[in-house]
Amino acid sequence: MRIFYHLGRYTLFLKRVFGKPEKHHIFLKQIVREIDKLGIDSLGIVIIISVFMGAVITLQTAYNIDMPIIPKYTVGLAARDSILLEFSSTIVGLILAGKVGSNIASEIGTMRVTEQIDALEIMGINPAGYLVLPKVIAFVFIIPVLVIISMGVGITGGFLAGSMTGEVPAPEYIYGIQFAFQPFYIIYALIKAVVFGFIISTISAYWGYYVQGGALEVGKASTKAVVSSSIQILLFNLILTQLLLA
Amino acid sequence: MIEVIDVHKSFGDKEILKGISTVFENGKTNLIIGQSGSGKTVLLKSLVGLHDITSGDIRYDDRSFLDLDSSSKKRLRQDIGMLFQGSALFDSLTVEENIRFPLDMFTDWSEEERRERANFCINRVKLENANDKFPSEISGGMQKRVAIARAISLNPKYLFCDEPNSGLDPRTSIVIDELIHEITQEFGMTTIINTHDMNSVMGIGENIIFIYQGKKLWEGSKDDIFHVQNKELEDFIFASKLFKEIRDNNS
Repeated sequence: MRIFYHLGRYTLFLKRVFGKPEKHHIFLKQIVREIDKLGIDSLGIVIIISVFMGAVITLQTAYNIDMPIIPKYTVGLAARDSILLEFSSTIVGLILAGKVGSNIASEIGTMRVTEQIDALEIMGINPAGYLVLPKVIAFVFIIPVLVIISMGVGITGGFLAGSMTGEVPAPEYIYGIQFAFQPFYIIYALIKAVVFGFIISTISAYWGYYVQGGALEVGKASTKAVVSSSIQILLFNLILTQLLLA
Repeated sequence: MIEVIDVHKSFGDKEILKGISTVFENGKTNLIIGQSGSGKTVLLKSLVGLHDITSGDIRYDDRSFLDLDSSSKKRLRQDIGMLFQGSALFDSLTVEENIRFPLDMFTDWSEEERRERANFCINRVKLENANDKFPSEISGGMQKRVAIARAISLNPKYLFCDEPNSGLDPRTSIVIDELIHEITQEFGMTTIINTHDMNSVMGIGENIIFIYQGKKLWEGSKDDIFHVQNKELEDFIFASKLFKEIRDNNS
C-alpha cells in the first residue's frame, strides 16, 4: 500500500512543481545555471563511459562473430545499433540517475532539513516550483544533447578499439556504421532520453523534498532517489521499446 | 495584531497544542516561553502557516488566516518576516544576495533601489564588509544578523523568531535580542519570539506567554513573572542556579 501513498504524493508534488514561476527573468537564469550544473558538469562522465562502452561492444561483437561467412562490417553495424538503441540512452540514463539524481535529492533534502524550504514558503514562494521546475526543464533539455554526444563518442570508441586491435579494419567499420542506417533509432533514443530526464529529475527531487530529520535521512533519501529512478528507467525503457519499436 | 483563538494542533493521535488563546499586540516584543517539547515551535509554525491547525482560528488584523485564499495568503506572507533557529540562509547565495532575495522576488524596484535597500538592512543590523561572503564563511552571530536583515528587507508588519539565541554565546545573544527589540520598536512591528532563554525574557520580554505541555499556563509581563504562584512556571524560571539565587536574595 506504501507505493500508492508515494504515487499520490508524487502526483501532488508534480502539481506544485508545475506552478507558475514568480519572476520569469529569475526563472530563466536558474534554468541556465541548472543546465551548467546538471548537464555540462556531467559531460566528463558521459564521455568516459561512452568511449569505453563503444570500445567494449565493438570488441565483444568482433570476437563473437568471428566467422568467414559474416562480413567484418557487421561489427560496425551491430555496435552502432547497440549504441543508438540501448547504451547511449539507457546506460547513460542509469549513470546519470546516480550522479544527477543523488545531487538533486541531497541538495533539496539539505535545504529541507536546514529550513531553507520553510523560509521560501514563509516568503510566499512556491518552493517546489522555485527549486525543482528549473532542474526538470534544464535536465530534460540537456539530456538529449548528452545522449547525442554519447552516441558519437561511443561509435568513435568502437572505431578506435577495432582499429587499434586490428579486429575490425577502419574501412569495414566505417562502412558498417553507415549500412542500413535507420534514422528513427536516433528519434527513439532521444524520446527515451527525455522521459528518463523527467524521471530522474522529478523522482530525485520528490525524495529530497519530503526528507524529515537530519543528515542521515538526507543520505537515505539520496539512495532512495537513485534506486527508484533506476527502477523507473528500466520499466519505462521496456514500455517505450514496446510502444515505439513494435 | 495577531489573535490566536482556541488553537488545537494534533499530529496523528498526539495532541500538541491544547486550546491556546492569546493576543499579540502591535509594536510589542512578545515572547513564547516553555520547556523543550512544550509546543512552542509548533505554535510558532502554526501562526505562520507552516502547520495547518486542527481547530481554532488565527487572525491577522481581524483577517482569519484560515479563510484567506492562496493569493491573499501569499500577499499576507510578504508582510511576515521570519528568523529561523538555524538562520536558514540560502547556502548558494552571498550575504547581499540573501538579503536581496525577497526584493528580487517581490518588488519591481530598479537594481539601484534594491541595492540601496539591501545596504540599508545590512547597515541596520551592523554587518560590515560581509556583502560578498557566503553563509558558510561567517560566524553564527553574523548569520543571525543576515537572517534578521533578510526578514526585514520587505519591511514586514510581523516578525517571528524561532529560538534566535540558540547556538550563540551569551554576549552575542544579548546583542541579537537588543537588535530584534530595537527593530520592533523602530518599524512598529508585531514581534513574536520563541525562546527558553531567561536572559531574553528579562531583557526584552514585554508580553510573555508560558506554554506547558501544549497549554497556555500563564501570560503577563517580565515584572510579574517572579511573583507568580505557579509550580510549572517556577520550575521553569528557577531551573538555573543564578535565578534561584536572585529569588533567595530578594526574599
